[in-house]
Parts: sequence; C-alpha cells; structure tokens
Amino acid sequence: MTDVLIVVALLLVAGAATAAVLNRDPVRQALVLSFLGLALALLFTFLQAPDVALSQLAVGSAVTPLMILLTVRKVRRRPGDGDGADQRAGRER
Amino acid sequence: MSARVRLWVFLAGAAGFAVLFAVACFGLPAFGTVHHPYGVRAVHASLSHHTANVIASVNFDLRAFDTLGEETILFSAVLGTVVLLRQARDEHRKDPEPAVVHPRVRRFALLMLPLALLVGLYVIAHGQVSPGGGFQGGVVAATALHLLYIAADYRALERVRPLTLYEVGEAAGEAAYVITGLAAVLAGSAFLANVLPFGTFATLSSGGTVPVLNAAVGLEVVSGVVVLLARFLDQAVEIEEPGADDGSPGGAGSGPDNGDDGDDGDDERERA
Repeated sequence: MTDVLIVVALLLVAGAATAAVLNRDPVRQALVLSFLGLALALLFTFLQAPDVALSQLAVGSAVTPLMILLTVRKVRRRPGDGDGADQRAGRER
Repeated sequence: MSARVRLWVFLAGAAGFAVLFAVACFGLPAFGTVHHPYGVRAVHASLSHHTANVIASVNFDLRAFDTLGEETILFSAVLGTVVLLRQARDEHRKDPEPAVVHPRVRRFALLMLPLALLVGLYVIAHGQVSPGGGFQGGVVAATALHLLYIAADYRALERVRPLTLYEVGEAAGEAAYVITGLAAVLAGSAFLANVLPFGTFATLSSGGTVPVLNAAVGLEVVSGVVVLLARFLDQAVEIEEPGADDGSPGGAGSGPDNGDDGDDGDDERERA
C-alpha cells in the first residue's frame, strides 16, 4: 500500500517538475512550483519524514511561489512596459 | 577557453562525478532495511534525553551546533535581502489603493488566519514531542499572518506588522540560540550541551534545552520570513521607480520628479 502511494507521489513530483520546466511564463511557473511543493510534501509524508514535509509545504508551496510572483511583478513594472501580465517571459527591453 | 574545450572539461567532470556517485550509492546500506547504525544510536541518545521526537533531538541536541549554522544562514539571507531591497534614493513610495475582496474569500481567509496561526505556534511548542519544530512552525505562523493580505488589504497587514519589532525579533531569536549555548558553557559543560533537567518523557516540559532552542528558532523564523516577505511586498506594491507610472513607451528618459502626478490608476493593486 505504501509502495503504491510512494509511486503515485513520485509520478506527481515528476509530472509537476516537468511542467515547471516546460512552462515559459514565470507566473505560471510559480503556480506549478506551488503544486510541485504540495506533491513533494506528499512524497515526504509517505516516506515517513513529516518534519521535512511540513517545511516543504510551507516554504515550497507558499513562500517561494509568493516571492517569485512579487519579483515578477516588480521586474515587469518598468517605464513603458505597462503591467504586462500577459507578456512573454524572456522579452527584452 | 573555447566552447569545445569547455565542453570536454565539463564532460570529464561529469563523468568523474557519475563514477564517484555510483560507487558511493553502491556503498550505502539498502533502502528500508532493518539495519540502521546511525538511527539506533540517535534513537538511544534521544530517549536518554527524554526527547520523544528523535529528529528534534538530532537537530537541537546531538547536532545543535549544526542547527546554529543553519539558523545563521537564514539570518544572513534575510539581512542580505533587507540591504538589497531597501528603498533607493531615486525611488519613492506610493500608497497602494485598497482592493475589493470577494466576501467568500474574505470570510475563508479570516477563518483560516487564527487557525493557521495556532497550528504554527502548536508546531513550535510541540517540537520536542511530535514532528515539527521551530523552523516548520515558524514558517507556518509567518505565512498565516499573510492571510490578512489576502482577506483584507495591504494596509491591514501593515497594521499587524510593525516591521521594526520583527527585525528586532529576528536578531533576538538568533541571539537567544547563542546565549542558550553560552549558558551551557557557564553551567560547566560544552557549548550548546543539553544541561537543563530532562523532564517527563513526551510532555511539553521534556527534552531539556530542546524546547528552548526550538522557541529561539521559531522566533527567528517567524520574524525572518515576515521581514523577507515585507521587503518583497514593499518592492512590488509600494515602491515606485522614477517614471514608473509614466505610461508612455518613451518614458525611460523622463525626469525623476514626475511620479506622483501620473496617477493613471493602472492596476497597481493587482494581487500578487
């Protein structure tokens, strides 16, 4: 039973991590990263490491994505750039 | 160095690492077996010090000096962020406009706020008994405070968040850890040795210095994360670059004093 849960959690982690790499938009990446944090927390719980899972849940799925979102917002808000929420990620000024 | 040479240097390094890593992996004890040389010793030491949570015993008793280093890394990281993200001379502050929050979101967030805060404090206080501890509980409590930003407003968050207090709290948490270690030296033992009475097993007062160090780390982490997020929020919501709200495509070269008049109400208050 535990083995099945571990495999499911591993697949979730691999899927979320791949999605995070394939996404080009940092805002979407942050959201996927949040899901990846959740999947990792599940994996750590199934591997009997609740301490690590708790840290992962708070840092990986809440604080880090929030910091990325805030950074993206600050960086994009430049003169003449508008708010640019739907602009491509690597656009150069 | 040409690209070709660089590639070969990288490949050589990667191959060396792969070989060493494979050898090291084959030298490890098998996954999930009954033979745990370190685990057996750690559990024994943890039980003899009346700490039910063995992880907390390893972190704050057997390897407390290690944790001091980790705490200092966080402290330095937050300090670096505070220095890097401070308001520059040519930037100015602009009060963000209050945003409308959906009543259901507001109700849910206000309901979760005390609950999450309580969970955070519980996890800090029970670090020596159940999974968790200062770091985990600290991050949960600090994140819980920011539910106020989601539920109400940036200004409501600022009201419960006197930043100076949290900056002092961060330093105090770091200092408390070192002082606890020095107190052990004064008591005639080694730095950060567990010198307090061990108490009753699996109760709040068990573990000797473990709950004290947990509380110190908890204070440091709550304050550190709040300060860290406050700096990022400041940058994203409040601090304006010169000409930031100019709006025109050629606005880069405009003067630094045109900021406060161009209140063109673009979605500055868009939620992060």
